[in-house]
Amino acid sequence: MERLPSWLRLHLAAIRAVAVLTVLLGLIYPLVTTGVAQALFNDNANGSIVQARGKDVGSALIGQSFTDADGNPVRKYFQSRPSAAGDGYDPLATSASNLGPEDVLDVLPVPGVEEGRQSLLTQVCARSKAIGELEGVSGARPYCTPSGVGAVLKVFPDRAVSVNQACPEAPFVTTYDGLKVECGKPGEDYAAGRTVPVRGDTRTPVVPPDAVTASGSGLDPHISAAYAELQAARVAAARGRSLDEVRRLIEANTTGPALGFMGRPAVNVLRLNLALDRS
Amino acid sequence: MSTTVAGIVFIVSLIVVLALVHRPLGDYMYRVYTGTRHNRVERGVYRLLGVRPEVEQTWGVYARSLLAFSVVSVIVLYALQRLQDKLFLSLGLGPVTDHVAWNTAISFVTNTNWQAYAGESTMGQLTQMAGLAVQNFVSASVGMAVAIALVRGFARNRTDLLGNFWVDLVRGCVRVLLPIAFAGALVLVAGGVIQNLAEPQTVTTLTGGTQAITGGPVASQEAIKELGTNGGGFYNVNSAHPFENATSWTNWFEIFLILLIPFALPRTFGRMVGQVRQGHAILAVMATIALASVVLTNVFELAGNATVPQAVGAAMEGKEVRFGVSNSATFAAATTLTSTGAVDSSHDSFTPLGGMMTLTNMMLGEVAPGGVGAGLYGMLILAVVTVFVAGLMVGRTPEYLGKKIGAREIKLASLYFLVTPALVLTGTALAMGSAELRASMLNSGPHGFSEVLYAFTSASNNNGSAFGGLTVNTPWYDVALGLCMAFGRFLPIILVLALAGSLARQAPVPASAGTLPTHRPQFVGMVVGVTIVLVALTFLPALALGPLAEGLV
Repeated sequence: MERLPSWLRLHLAAIRAVAVLTVLLGLIYPLVTTGVAQALFNDNANGSIVQARGKDVGSALIGQSFTDADGNPVRKYFQSRPSAAGDGYDPLATSASNLGPEDVLDVLPVPGVEEGRQSLLTQVCARSKAIGELEGVSGARPYCTPSGVGAVLKVFPDRAVSVNQACPEAPFVTTYDGLKVECGKPGEDYAAGRTVPVRGDTRTPVVPPDAVTASGSGLDPHISAAYAELQAARVAAARGRSLDEVRRLIEANTTGPALGFMGRPAVNVLRLNLALDRS
Repeated sequence: MSTTVAGIVFIVSLIVVLALVHRPLGDYMYRVYTGTRHNRVERGVYRLLGVRPEVEQTWGVYARSLLAFSVVSVIVLYALQRLQDKLFLSLGLGPVTDHVAWNTAISFVTNTNWQAYAGESTMGQLTQMAGLAVQNFVSASVGMAVAIALVRGFARNRTDLLGNFWVDLVRGCVRVLLPIAFAGALVLVAGGVIQNLAEPQTVTTLTGGTQAITGGPVASQEAIKELGTNGGGFYNVNSAHPFENATSWTNWFEIFLILLIPFALPRTFGRMVGQVRQGHAILAVMATIALASVVLTNVFELAGNATVPQAVGAAMEGKEVRFGVSNSATFAAATTLTSTGAVDSSHDSFTPLGGMMTLTNMMLGEVAPGGVGAGLYGMLILAVVTVFVAGLMVGRTPEYLGKKIGAREIKLASLYFLVTPALVLTGTALAMGSAELRASMLNSGPHGFSEVLYAFTSASNNNGSAFGGLTVNTPWYDVALGLCMAFGRFLPIILVLALAGSLARQAPVPASAGTLPTHRPQFVGMVVGVTIVLVALTFLPALALGPLAEGLV
């Protein structure tokens, strides 16, 4: 070693360093950790798997879709949040929607030419409307039309267009600032207009925030206490159980905030549905 | 307890615990880097490496050793990804695409951990633990080594020698990172984070669908990912994934791990230069900026001022129920104030001004408290710039810690500061100049611009978080962002080591009546001011086109 040129010695030391540290930090460390974790916290280390009638049905930490084969909510089950992971709650394709807070303009579909795209605002409005109908409450929200799309105008000097409402749908307002409001023509370019989202007069929506938004992971196992309460009556009716009984189970499957201040109260949907099936 | 009060208690509890541990940990690291004894594991490692641990190096040799180690690391990590299908535990996944593998190799070696891939569908378990996680350790240890070498430059006189890179590297890994990561990993498993070597297990769900429950050595990687301010997630969605961050208290614990070493290093610095109060001053600068940023991010996210959050009733898009809005905002601030880049929520869906805070944190150069090591050397450079600016105002030769800040020193410090803005602004301009590259944006308008600006800011500052909507696994983005990460990491490191070498050679200047005291609140205020003014002057026009346009118009 000592007789080699110094640059070569340096690189030989570097190669050996990568090799030695890989064995220590890349094999010994994770394998020892795995061994100790498996011994001390076996259930956690293996993914907190939950069972029903002796069969594995999922993980207590990973959310699931409680929908039928057509994607419609199963009435006897509490529903999870919307998910952007694959087709919904796919652990092999975890994802958030990554849509921005001002994503309010849809692309209207044109048959055979353009499939269209729903903006985040329209997704929120549509979910809110659908959940309102499912639970028998108002799905109205600020910045949403009664038809469940984003209430957004493109304003030009001589007219205004409700761009998320495809013709022949009637616009959610007839006039804006003295201008007549038209419905949106699919395929037309409205980029030049000024974007004006219209708040409307809905103050506090009935459907809670977590029910109409996708989570960061796409696998959120929880819903808020408010969303669970909203669903309680429907689930109780579908199962022929008393509301109080269902509420007790919600309570039993609610965790947090840890130490009273970390995070928010969260209802574990899979555990709650399992508890309902069992009792 | 109301949401706001709980959010405040969450932040205060972190501050209290960090305040309690920064001193013992800082003192411990002081002993690690100044001790002359080698333990048995270390002696074995040095023998295998063929290096003599007692021989110290000049700044040039130190830098060349560091670069040689990094180049070999990139090659090995690239090869491991390309050959993963021929090795063990590949989960049946094929070789990683060449440009993604190249980008990822650079990303992990530079402590950036930018991810142009989705972990669960790209990386086998051997690649994760023996490739990516190893770099989580060593890239963090390299950062600390550079910081310690710079501190030695201030502490030593009339010498060319700055220490031995191999010794600093190995000690950082073996004595600092490994024990804390091991303990941290077990705490995370106790909270529900997984740690196994299983393949995905397919289950039939309650309603008759199928779901694949994934496995992997996640906790061991998660612990060092936060502790080493790396941030590269085992899964695509990083710390938002329940298997990486299972509960609200593991979320607290991960933020704690992120901030642990960066806030303890100023204490180490103070001990090494023989004036603990100098460390306090640096810590005060970091803490002031960090607290302001955490509070502002919380305020903007809780206010939820943008159309969609107003329609929703809270900025819940891209956030997990178990964390809630406030704790997610605190995590986002911590991860961008350091060079971590782990995320527990989707930054792309933050309110315009909340998202701007994460961008601004990175633009500050990640100095408050910054990445492990990188934060301390970045902050010391800013202190050097500050004494220079102050010296110009009153017409005295600037000094810091008994060292003259002459022409050579200030040139090196200025060049250090100019590297990242040059990379960020050039890269963003190139990407925005081409219609083909603009097509990578998920969102349109100012938010699309923010996505591109965020990508180049994150890569050049070695953060690694993203406005996730941007499609970056294309050859152009992989190469461009890879170059930004490499230059953004190693040019500053070379400049810092050169500065350390030039400081160590000097004879000390005795403090006189004309010396600016650098341990008083006045100096703390000046460094905070210089930091913010430099960043505002550099990046305000770019911010005006992105988040400011979106949030204020």
